[in-house]
Amino acid sequence: MTTHFIGDTAVLTGRSLRHITRSLDTIITTLLMPIGFMLLFVYVFGGAIKTGSGPYVDYLLPGILLIAIASGISYTGFRLFLDMKSGIFERFQSMPIARSGVLWAHVLTSLVANMVSAAVVVGVALILGFRSGAGVLAWLAVAGILALFTLALTWIAVIAGLDAKSPDGASAFSYPIIFLPFISSAFVPTATMPGPVRWFAENQPVTSIVNSIRELLAQKPVSGELWIALAWCVGILIVAFAFAMSIYRRKIS
Amino acid sequence: MTTAAIQVTGLEKSYKDVKVLRGVDFDVERGSIFALLGSNGAGKTTIVRILATLLRADAGTATVNGFNTQADAEKVRESYSLTGQFAAVDEILTGRENLVLVARLRHLEDPGAIADELLERFSLTDAAARKVSTYSGGMRRRLDIAMSLIGNPPIIFLDEPTTGLDPQARIEVWQSVRELASRGTTVLLTTQYLDEAEQLADRIAILHEGRIIVNGTLADLKKLLPPAKVEYVEKQPTLEEVFLSIVGDGGKAGARGKVGADS
Repeated sequence: MTTHFIGDTAVLTGRSLRHITRSLDTIITTLLMPIGFMLLFVYVFGGAIKTGSGPYVDYLLPGILLIAIASGISYTGFRLFLDMKSGIFERFQSMPIARSGVLWAHVLTSLVANMVSAAVVVGVALILGFRSGAGVLAWLAVAGILALFTLALTWIAVIAGLDAKSPDGASAFSYPIIFLPFISSAFVPTATMPGPVRWFAENQPVTSIVNSIRELLAQKPVSGELWIALAWCVGILIVAFAFAMSIYRRKIS
Repeated sequence: MTTAAIQVTGLEKSYKDVKVLRGVDFDVERGSIFALLGSNGAGKTTIVRILATLLRADAGTATVNGFNTQADAEKVRESYSLTGQFAAVDEILTGRENLVLVARLRHLEDPGAIADELLERFSLTDAAARKVSTYSGGMRRRLDIAMSLIGNPPIIFLDEPTTGLDPQARIEVWQSVRELASRGTTVLLTTQYLDEAEQLADRIAILHEGRIIVNGTLADLKKLLPPAKVEYVEKQPTLEEVFLSIVGDGGKAGARGKVGADS
């Protein structure tokens, strides 16, 4: 069974990537909101927000990237849900293939699609005046954090896709995640927030991830925040993965 | 290896406290068409899903191609192909891409050639490059069955293959099933249509309230009723015959050749 795992997963990943290239609107619609927020904050609110030296777009970009990924994974849940509903999932499960490849294909597709979205968001930010002198290693570290964040959220999407009763249910889980950056250091420094809100903002995953990416892009020495960010991503990944696999096993036996 | 392609003994399955199967036994001979007849909710699909290793039975054993469905699930999946109640095709891909996908997953050489041959055999060549979302119900079902034949599995499960199809599409599916059996494939078919079982099956089993209550050839089943009386009845055409002769399909000849233009 496992002998074909890589080959089967590759074939199935090719299939779902083809779904994306046939409906590019799924990438475009997931990008509209983050890019809209970026324009709104850079040109409308940004002037009134004090973040220290440097253009506001530099401060904003990490949070926008996380929003783009959070809105992108709603389609991962949706695509998996459609496979479950249409019976093609069951067809794959009834074939002599590496069965878990069906899930991994969705996960890999999600990773590729969200990395493409993130690259587009960075491109738009460059047009808006974003500049960074960060070297290749720092950029690779940023890409690594974003990939880990994508994987963690993707396994949450898999739970929703496997278990949802309706297409809305398969994608609605992403809304709270999309808005999490608003109560974090993504748009404004947490120092101005009142006590309990500030406590929440400083101790939720988005803040540490945003701060780490910001430090990397600003060529500052990485602080302990990076380890907190990685711990959050890996922790969410493990819990979501375990949940998703237990639901998956229940569905196939 | 045993002679029977499928052997089922004492199969039981409950969902919560509803007993769906209460001890089902039957054998299916190699190369035959076996029809499992029953009304909606009789448990036909449950049996198919257990045989297909997609569901675990609470009690009893089932072997497919000589392999136990619990102990040798992997071998079982290499032995059969399932066409479920709803056409399990990828709507966003084209018909040809669907076939190529399955051929690749079965690790066969030259998936393209396999796809082209099946498109030809199921009269889908003209529609090969179109997205499946544009296909008619009959075309979808034919593609679905074509996908099941890739890799020539010795056993095919067809779960209500003609439910929801129009009369022409139904005849096309029947034609495909007969062709399969003539090539030596064992077919297990579930249906709620009596005429479908009568048309196709070598053996018919009637599933009722979780048990097989009758199992035999059509002739056996007919013997169960009082002997035939001779009556003189004017032979009126059935509505199906009228419909098919008006739309010009020549009845039993099937729709091969003109398919693809019909959606």
